[in-house]
Amino acid sequence: MEITVNGDAVTLDGPLTIARLLVEQKVKMPDMVSVEHNGKILDRAEFETQQVQSGDTVEFLYFMGGGA
Amino acid sequence: MNLTDEQLERYSRHIILEQVGATGQEKLLSGKVLIIGAGGLGAPAGLYLAAAGVGTIGVIDSDSVELSNLQRQVIHHTPDVGTPKVESAAAKMRAINPDVTVRTYFDRAGPDNLVSLMSEYDFVIDGTDNFSSKYLINDAAWFARKFFSHAGILRFSGQLITVHPGQSACYRCLFPDPPEPGAVPSCSQAGVLGVLGGVIGTLQATEAIKYLLGEGELLTDALLTYDASSMEFRKVTVRRNPRCRLCGPSPTITSLEQQDQAVCDLSGSCKC
Repeated sequence: MEITVNGDAVTLDGPLTIARLLVEQKVKMPDMVSVEHNGKILDRAEFETQQVQSGDTVEFLYFMGGGA
Repeated sequence: MNLTDEQLERYSRHIILEQVGATGQEKLLSGKVLIIGAGGLGAPAGLYLAAAGVGTIGVIDSDSVELSNLQRQVIHHTPDVGTPKVESAAAKMRAINPDVTVRTYFDRAGPDNLVSLMSEYDFVIDGTDNFSSKYLINDAAWFARKFFSHAGILRFSGQLITVHPGQSACYRCLFPDPPEPGAVPSCSQAGVLGVLGGVIGTLQATEAIKYLLGEGELLTDALLTYDASSMEFRKVTVRRNPRCRLCGPSPTITSLEQQDQAVCDLSGSCKC
């Protein structure tokens, strides 16, 4: 299936969960990521259950605490 | 307000702009911006806002200048090491532009002072360096109903978003769950390219100026991310989260004191 991850077209075997997608996309620090799935921000607890389907759009938003 | 001859000359490159003009410059001169944190983000923001003639600039920071700050905090100079950052920053802003009134607060922004402080200003710039402060500023801006620019920088990346409380997505809408303490590296652990503060802090100042002018479209409901490695900017469209604990229809955070401070301890272990 083809989905869009952070603006890029990605082809994956699917469907799969958000948690699995984080692994497949080699996100190094999943604890540092907030996930927007088809425009909706997910709770962390949903990562294991939320399914990603063909055509979906996923954005990984990263925690960035620096500034000084 | 009538601009003096000196002001007409100083701000001539603004005044010639169709979107600014003498009227816009007068708006900037009557504008009030609060900068929280005189560090990597606050430094360039403060310099540009002063140069632009923003009439009142407040700066709050409880730290003093350290040698390791100078790689990126361009408002502080080598002889300033050991001086409170607010004093160092104020001196540079006054030197750039005597039109500007700088108010300094040698203090930590906390639940006890933030809402009342914000209420004295038109726009707030979050230039802090830890999650606890970033959530606190987001929440205080909600209770004060104050526009603010949130930003973060780390390694070769930076990002920012402008929040119109009650109207656009807030920081908690995007990041509902604060990271576990220690899960997220700080700049002091992970490093940050010095110029990142310049890029992102200057964009925050741009938002403040646009807000005061009432010109252009603010960066609301969009997180702008910047990767210095690939030189890519991306604007990620976001929207208010109906489950937001702060600004959603069924809020569980109804006062600043309730804010969970467990995000990062306040001793500074998560600071950059």
